[in-house]
Amino acid sequence: MGVPLDQLLIQTINGIVTGMILALVSSGLTLIFGIMDVVNFAHGELLMLGAYVGVLTLAATGNFWLALLSAGLLIGLLGAAIYLVTLRPLIDRGPLTTILATFGISLVLQNVALWQFGPVSRKVAEPIGGHFTLFYLDYPWYRIVVALLSAAIIGGFWLFLKFGTWGIWIRATTQDRVMAQAMGIPVPWVLTGVFAIGSAMAAASGVLFGPLSGVDPTMGLGWILRAFIVVVVGGMGSLGGSIAAAILVSLLEAYASLWVSPSQAIIVSFVVLIVTLLFRPTGLFVAAPK
Amino acid sequence: MRRGHGTVFWTGFAVIVALLIAAPLVLTEFWRRFVTEILIWGLLAMSSDILIGYTGMVSFGHSAFFGLGMYGAAAALLTIDPPNLWLALFYGLVAAAAVAACVAYFSTRLRDIYFAITTLIFSQIFYVIIFTWTAVTGGENGLAFERPPLAIPGLFDFVLTPTRLHWFVLAVVAGSYLILRRITQSPFGMVLQSIRENEARTRAIGYAVERYKIVAVMLSGLFAGLAGVLYALQNQFAAPDFVFFLVSGETVIYNVIGGIGTLVGPIVGAAFFLLLREGLSRFLTQYYLIPLGAVFIAIVILMPQGLLGFMRRWLNE
Repeated sequence: MGVPLDQLLIQTINGIVTGMILALVSSGLTLIFGIMDVVNFAHGELLMLGAYVGVLTLAATGNFWLALLSAGLLIGLLGAAIYLVTLRPLIDRGPLTTILATFGISLVLQNVALWQFGPVSRKVAEPIGGHFTLFYLDYPWYRIVVALLSAAIIGGFWLFLKFGTWGIWIRATTQDRVMAQAMGIPVPWVLTGVFAIGSAMAAASGVLFGPLSGVDPTMGLGWILRAFIVVVVGGMGSLGGSIAAAILVSLLEAYASLWVSPSQAIIVSFVVLIVTLLFRPTGLFVAAPK
Repeated sequence: MRRGHGTVFWTGFAVIVALLIAAPLVLTEFWRRFVTEILIWGLLAMSSDILIGYTGMVSFGHSAFFGLGMYGAAAALLTIDPPNLWLALFYGLVAAAAVAACVAYFSTRLRDIYFAITTLIFSQIFYVIIFTWTAVTGGENGLAFERPPLAIPGLFDFVLTPTRLHWFVLAVVAGSYLILRRITQSPFGMVLQSIRENEARTRAIGYAVERYKIVAVMLSGLFAGLAGVLYALQNQFAAPDFVFFLVSGETVIYNVIGGIGTLVGPIVGAAFFLLLREGLSRFLTQYYLIPLGAVFIAIVILMPQGLLGFMRRWLNE
């Protein structure tokens, strides 16, 4: 059982890095749920498509920042289109119908990617090279950059929610859609915008994560499951809760993979979810319900 | 009126069963197998209709029950000598029931999407366990075995040919349909439907809603496990792919396409989906899910009651 301190520290850093990406994925999901009660099953596929846009732009231009930007923009637009065509007619039919519709969307998107890009995983070179020595390991700087970039995107988004006009509209619509409408907020556009922003955030995390694991059409499946866990553990619709839960779950998984294989370590997050649902079904990181 | 309705039902039931009995005698081997599989997937979809259509809980975890049924049957057929069909059924049902009891205990405390997500996560837990526990489950390769004979000691002893297997599957599915239909019309089924309509009021009247939900999940899981056993017998293997949540997703798709809360609808949905998939995959190879997914989305948006509900409304007009 004795685990050397250096391994523990390495896993802590690994956990925080994946945790930040997971937080970026989940914050889009939880935002969409919070404002329109839509559980977006296709979120993982948007991440996967974003990663592909990133790969293609990177291959064409060689510029990582351009890849990040173009993936965010394109997938944001795609998200808005998906929302307008399929989800808008369903918005008042309850969350279960939208789960079904987004499940269909995820099937379609995943197979479109399989058709267009093939099943073989694409390796992406780390856009920011260089390593630093962490105990006996050469730890890539890129992982640290990924964590910082994710934090920056989430932070920027938080500032936007807090101070931007649209951000205030989004918060108002989340609180009370009818009242927001009565106050003259263009609610249908706010909803479309939120879906676009959530999709863009998923795409950005796809671009960031691509170089770490390779890009393939099924990469969305693993992420959507973990994002679901995070969103429920953090409290559905709570942004801060999702971020805290993302880091908690990723850290626990990283520590667990000291003893078991990574494919088994995911059971730890399943257990966290079940324990949460049993004792605090509204989420660990939100105020207790009265 | 009521009596006339019953006559129509039984006549229709008899005609369809007679057609399905005759099916393997006239169809080619490929289509015979196709019809058998529709019946098995139909049973799985029908079992999940108990939850989706009658109790109002969408389960995304039926692959766990189905898969455990498969592995239970595999365990019986591989460990017991000589292989026995009834023990395979028994083991499969016990495995599915055990899993269903565990899932039911945890997931019925939650409602709506939380229920859907919990069942999804549970099926993934079993998937990970089965996938990584290579020594027992064969891991990614799964388990392969021989078909046992269809026998009752002292009475008869048949080799389970594909045609006889088809009749066996048909008997089980038809029997399950009648049992499930009886259950949904019983007082118990009425309580389930009242939970779907208004859970708070059902509780206020004095029904122990949680207990009814647990029984509903277990019942549903049991029949899903039965479908798993039949599928294992048909294909002579058990594989982790069938525990993966995409199978649960397809089960929900069958329900929605066919029409939830009808029991027959899910079978129609499974037949429609599989036929469409067969037709599309002839010229789209593996990308058939693109148009199929689009059809599914269109049905969710435009025909929330599914094909059967849509036809019923169209017939009434």
